[in-house]
Amino acid sequence: MSKEELDRTAKLRLIEIARRWYDQMVTGEIPSISLPTRTKQNIEYDDEAEVWKYGDRESVRSAGTAKSALHLLKMSYVIWFLKKQILENRSSTLRELYYISEGWKKAKFSAQDESNFLIEDLEILTDMQREAFHLRPEEDGATIFGPLKLREQTRRGARDIHCQDDVGEAGYQIPSNVENLDFLEHDARFVIAIETGGMYARLIENGFDAEYNAVLIHLKGQPARSTRRVLNRINNKFDVPVVVFTDGDPWSYRIFASVAYGAIKSAHISDLLATPKAHFIGVQPSDIRDYNLPSDHLTERDVAALNSELSDPRFATDYWKEQIQLQLKMNLKSEQQAFAAKGLDFVTKEYLPSRLADLGII
Amino acid sequence: MALADELARKQRSISVAEFFEKNKHLLGFDSPTRGIITTIKEAVDNALDACEEAMVLPDIYIAIKKISSDVYRIIVEDNGPGIVPDQIPFVFGKLLYGSRFHQIKQSRGQQGIGISAAVLYAQLTTGLPSTIISRTGPESRAYRFDIQINIESNEPDVLVREETEWDRTHGTRVQIEFRSTLAAKKRLLDYLKYTSVVNPHARIRVELDDESFTFERVSDEVIECPQPIQPHPHGIEIGHLKRMLAACDAPLEDFLIQGFCRVGKKTAGEMCTLSGLSPDIPARSLSSDEQKRLIDAMQNVKVPAPPTLQCLSPIGEDLITQGLEKEFQMDFVRARTRSSSVFSGHPFVVEAALGYGGKLPAEGNAQILRFANRVPLIYQQGACAITGSISQISWKNYGISQSGLPTGPVLILVHVASTNVPFTSESKDAIASIPEIEREIVLALQDLGRDLKTYLSRRDKNRIQEDRARAVCAIIPELAEKVAEIVDMPLPDISPIEGRIMKKVVAKKMIRDGKVSIEVKNYTSHPETISIYNTSQDGAGDATTPPDFVTELDNEYTKVWKVPLEPGSVWRVDYRGTGGGTLEIRGIDEKKIVVVDVDV
Repeated sequence: MSKEELDRTAKLRLIEIARRWYDQMVTGEIPSISLPTRTKQNIEYDDEAEVWKYGDRESVRSAGTAKSALHLLKMSYVIWFLKKQILENRSSTLRELYYISEGWKKAKFSAQDESNFLIEDLEILTDMQREAFHLRPEEDGATIFGPLKLREQTRRGARDIHCQDDVGEAGYQIPSNVENLDFLEHDARFVIAIETGGMYARLIENGFDAEYNAVLIHLKGQPARSTRRVLNRINNKFDVPVVVFTDGDPWSYRIFASVAYGAIKSAHISDLLATPKAHFIGVQPSDIRDYNLPSDHLTERDVAALNSELSDPRFATDYWKEQIQLQLKMNLKSEQQAFAAKGLDFVTKEYLPSRLADLGII
Repeated sequence: MALADELARKQRSISVAEFFEKNKHLLGFDSPTRGIITTIKEAVDNALDACEEAMVLPDIYIAIKKISSDVYRIIVEDNGPGIVPDQIPFVFGKLLYGSRFHQIKQSRGQQGIGISAAVLYAQLTTGLPSTIISRTGPESRAYRFDIQINIESNEPDVLVREETEWDRTHGTRVQIEFRSTLAAKKRLLDYLKYTSVVNPHARIRVELDDESFTFERVSDEVIECPQPIQPHPHGIEIGHLKRMLAACDAPLEDFLIQGFCRVGKKTAGEMCTLSGLSPDIPARSLSSDEQKRLIDAMQNVKVPAPPTLQCLSPIGEDLITQGLEKEFQMDFVRARTRSSSVFSGHPFVVEAALGYGGKLPAEGNAQILRFANRVPLIYQQGACAITGSISQISWKNYGISQSGLPTGPVLILVHVASTNVPFTSESKDAIASIPEIEREIVLALQDLGRDLKTYLSRRDKNRIQEDRARAVCAIIPELAEKVAEIVDMPLPDISPIEGRIMKKVVAKKMIRDGKVSIEVKNYTSHPETISIYNTSQDGAGDATTPPDFVTELDNEYTKVWKVPLEPGSVWRVDYRGTGGGTLEIRGIDEKKIVVVDVDV
């Protein structure tokens, strides 16, 4: 879709929401919207797209109550603002939107979470991404390092960039709007997404990318949408396997789940953001046992998070059940960098090659 | 000389007047402040009773004038039947002289002490006689008396008796002067206000030094004067029975049947059998042992409760409500008249009312208005069975806070009407605690409490709903404005939505494809009957619901439908036509209707 087309579609779909309210008001109906319920209880596996999406449960917000009327009013202000922003070809960050609402009197947001949530509602209602509304997150995108060539549309024109040859030690930084990227060619056997910066740097230093023709992507903790979108696009376009390498604790499994299956908050765009074929490399609870890795005891919150994952439909596989139960039994967790206890080369020479072989990737 | 002889010389009979001189508190004259209230109370009681007997609407005038630093002149005038001149000295100048003492019916005064006690009090504090003017009708002349009481003999001393001019055609005027203070002015006005609440048929005018107040009547209905009844066998005491027997010439059976209520041949027979006395012996021949057996038998034979309708005159729920609404501004007021009951053979009725909110003070104890036979009780609230019954109810159940007595913006009225109100003392300040009466008070108030609770929860619910609706209606116009701006269309008419949210009746007229539709929706929670007036050039001959009538003027047809609308229901009519014209809804409060012409 060209930028002009995208703008037009986004504008029309936003206006369509307001139009529905307008028609409701003209016929004497109380304006309302219905949205899927955004909770763990209402996500379902989509067999076709192989991702988790929102189910059929919907909640209706009708302006018949003061709270919902205010919600609709805020939404109308946001739509009005976004329409203007698209027409004027300007953009703003989610944080800026929150501050802009200061001038909207009744319709002003009380916290940024509220405006973020409302933007997600608009994404659901329009079936478009917030980037189409010229909204971007303020967070930096993650970085890529490896045998991959892409073209970025910058303000100063198109740039072709090779993510090994044309970048510095830190790699290529992913822009917030990934739709401006074209992936041109690659020489990769697989993509490895890494949770921590320390491990990402270790792999670069050890020359893991060159030795195995691997594209390294730094997730920077819970990955931003743009990072997940890049993984999704590389996987779709070149059909190279994606593996995820994180710490061995419940929070890191959630990072993997959001890469592979989509996040509950953004389940409406799971098919754009999730990479269902992604594999989990580790650290697995069984690795802690098998390699006798340095470890910490689980905290109460860790245990609660693990138990909650046992009831999360995204972790409802034999593999995850076995691993999580093992971890609860051992009552231990380890970081990626715990492999350093076996020497700095252990992770690139021993652990990763053996795990990749297990998964049939090399 | 023996001591006994000495003592015997000192022993002598005491006159009633003398007794009361020493025991003023028993009659409510314990302090100068109180004396003024008691005097007015006695005079007003007499005036109201007299008017009631004469079946006239009471028109009472009260004046209180300061004569010197501590002497006040009190005047009470009524438009009652008046008193024949020969009786006047006894009514005002002799204690324990009255017309009602021997009757069994509800009345304010009873013993004939009150007003003469006031005359006595005046005499004791200022030494001045009291002046009475009375006239019995337009044909007779008015008489004026100056009276004192002979304290030793309890007989009237008439100082002046003369014919005089008086502008009232009938009535009585009492003028008494005594030492007092007006420290209890508020209490006095309260007393008159409360009197006016339970006597909504009376007009009371007051001139208090330079101020004047009027308690207007709200009901023009003369209250029916209660009729005396015979004593009930269960309520009789031995002394009374002895007097009745002594005054009777008939045989015992006839004495029982004629002298008592609810006693027929069968009951009289049972009493005779039980006491072992022949029904044929003359009633007055009974020995005191036989009298004792008779009274025991009378208590033990089952006798139906005494009749209550004729001898009692409850105020009635409507008049209590009117009376209260006249003197107090409240959001809620409800009254209850219980059916009559009996204690120890005395019939009684309990009436109660509960008021809430409005201008009642929001803090502190509830305001309690106690009445006995339409007379306000203003002293000794704590000692009264009414107060006791009020505190024994768990008011929290009815949404009222409580610390002993209920607290908050609450008004409680209790009226006990009886042929014999059981007071704790002769000053008639408090009702004695009689289980039967307390039970009735509690039941009446609990019943009212339930009403209040329903009212309060409905009010709270309404308030929340209203707040919400108001909030919504403040937001929707802004939403409409923003939405119209986004879609770049004219501002939509949101009155039907507001009508819906504010729960009104919404009427809508529109034309689509040559068909005129009128739709009326009732979003209120009440059924409404409305008339729909639609004036246009269309005859509406094919209306899906034919109009109730149609009039034509210059080619304009006015079609009228009369429509009953249940809450939540929709009424609709369609007819072929060109539309235009007007739509008007009548028969409903303007605030509750929204009319929308979609095509204008």
